Amino acid sequence: MSLGDSATPLGKVRGLGSAGEGGEHWLSERVTSIALLLLGTWLIASLILLPGLDQHTLVEWLRAPSGAVPMVLLVIVGFRHALDGMKVVVDDYVHDEGNRFACNLILLFLAVGGAALALFALASIAFGGAA
Amino acid sequence: MESTKSRPLSPHLTVWRWGPHMLVSILHRVTGGALSIAGLAVLTWWLVAIADGPDAYVKFADLARSPIGLVVLVGLTWAFFQHLLSGMRHLVMDTGAGFELDTNKRFAILTIVGSIALTVLLWAYMLGAVK
Repeated sequence: MSLGDSATPLGKVRGLGSAGEGGEHWLSERVTSIALLLLGTWLIASLILLPGLDQHTLVEWLRAPSGAVPMVLLVIVGFRHALDGMKVVVDDYVHDEGNRFACNLILLFLAVGGAALALFALASIAFGGAA
Repeated sequence: MESTKSRPLSPHLTVWRWGPHMLVSILHRVTGGALSIAGLAVLTWWLVAIADGPDAYVKFADLARSPIGLVVLVGLTWAFFQHLLSGMRHLVMDTGAGFELDTNKRFAILTIVGSIALTVLLWAYMLGAVK
């Protein structure tokens, strides 16, 4: 704040955003959004084209690489995009620095934990014995 | 630059007249939050249920077909399409295009019309085909 009148308007506001940083985060949100455009369309198209939605059909679908690989990507990219987006919401609405750090930490743990659980389920489907 | 004078707060919902662009903007955040929490929870639950075997999956499928389950799934489907279309609008606006008042308003309305139409189409198909 002691930059005085010599600071440019940009110099006065730089670093005063809600997060104080974020170029990479901004880009990550966009790149994952484009990936999810493809993966989300794939998921909906798959659900429409599958002969049925019973457990046996779904296991066959997710055991083959054509089903397993996009679904693994959907889980990883989906949780990453959700984490990116929820961080923006937290940074906007949680003003106290300590609370903001705690909220972002909880979000990170939830996202990584949820993704790990979903990936473990996919691994059991793909590599598990006859179900 | 009189940057110390009081400036309007950004989401000043009480003083600005509501328009489609405001509705779509807040819907983008609300649907993003819903998809992050409920959407990923249901996706993970679904994958775990498939991995757990036919009996566990029947329980999941029965719950999904119940009235509450259908409300949640149809709601998440709409949230997905709304967030997807609105996200595409944001990607276009990220390039600096689409800010003309008429164009901006038209695309904001189109995301809502599109998301409702896609949700109705998908569920008309799903309920017709699965049953």
